[in-house]
Amino acid sequence: MKAKVVVTLKNGVLDPQGKAIGHALTNLGFDGVGEVRQGKLIELEVAETDPAKAKAQIEEMCRKLLANTVIENYSIELVA
Amino acid sequence: MKSAVIVFPGSNCDRDIAVALEQASGKKPHMAFHKDTDLPDVDVIAVPGGFSYGDYLRCGAMAAHSPIMKVVKERAAKGVRVVGICNGFQIITEAGLLPGALIRNKSLKYVCRTVGLRVETNDSDFTRKYAKGQVIGIPVGHGEGNYVADDETLKRLEGEGLVAFRYAALPGQSADQANPNGATNDIAGIFNAQRNVLGMMPHPERAFDPLHGNTDGRAFFDSLVETLS
Repeated sequence: MKAKVVVTLKNGVLDPQGKAIGHALTNLGFDGVGEVRQGKLIELEVAETDPAKAKAQIEEMCRKLLANTVIENYSIELVA
Repeated sequence: MKSAVIVFPGSNCDRDIAVALEQASGKKPHMAFHKDTDLPDVDVIAVPGGFSYGDYLRCGAMAAHSPIMKVVKERAAKGVRVVGICNGFQIITEAGLLPGALIRNKSLKYVCRTVGLRVETNDSDFTRKYAKGQVIGIPVGHGEGNYVADDETLKRLEGEGLVAFRYAALPGQSADQANPNGATNDIAGIFNAQRNVLGMMPHPERAFDPLHGNTDGRAFFDSLVETLS
């Protein structure tokens, strides 16, 4: 089973990279660019075929390693 | 004082801290590799700076789950002194030995210079040879040293006197030049609640030998030696 994990900084956690990207977009002439936040996309495969079990397993991966829950949120999407 | 230094793939301050520990204590530190699953009986464990695992995923995230860190956590729980410097601070924070997190510097730039540090307390095994409130000059070199934590954690750190060092202006510096990374409350180093674990971004091992041109870090190691010998 394949999954996509999106890790983003929590609201309120300073994202200087997102800010720099926002400034660069404005400098390129894109008007009306509001807040820009940068995150990470992790694609992974697990052997588990039951969607609920796969999701539970990936949740645990997120809590233990893929995200730092002090500063980051995560979301999991099972793709196939 | 018997010490150990943990070496991860990508550590680069392991030798410097080993030299400082050996000169201060007169005993050669045990060098432990990340795959080791045991440590000899030691009084202090140093988790050095560098770029462990190439900073993959997040700084310190991979190292925090390496086999040796299980041992480091067990020893920390038994009261063994653990100090994490720079990447070591990131590693022990990722490992859950300290609260909060270290994120990208506010300036987005890697900062490499000597910063002023105010010793917030000398009531610790790591700082007893300093005077409380003393401002010392210690080098930093990092891109992710911006300390953040939730309000409740910050309140606890401040309320229980667990902030070890705070960035402060050196003579000739203005106040806004003091904080090199945007860290909350100018926090440069913190203790755990039991005060046997310390994490700090600045490198006392780089201000140790007269040849470094600055020996303000010497008292850090002398404090440990005085406590643990």
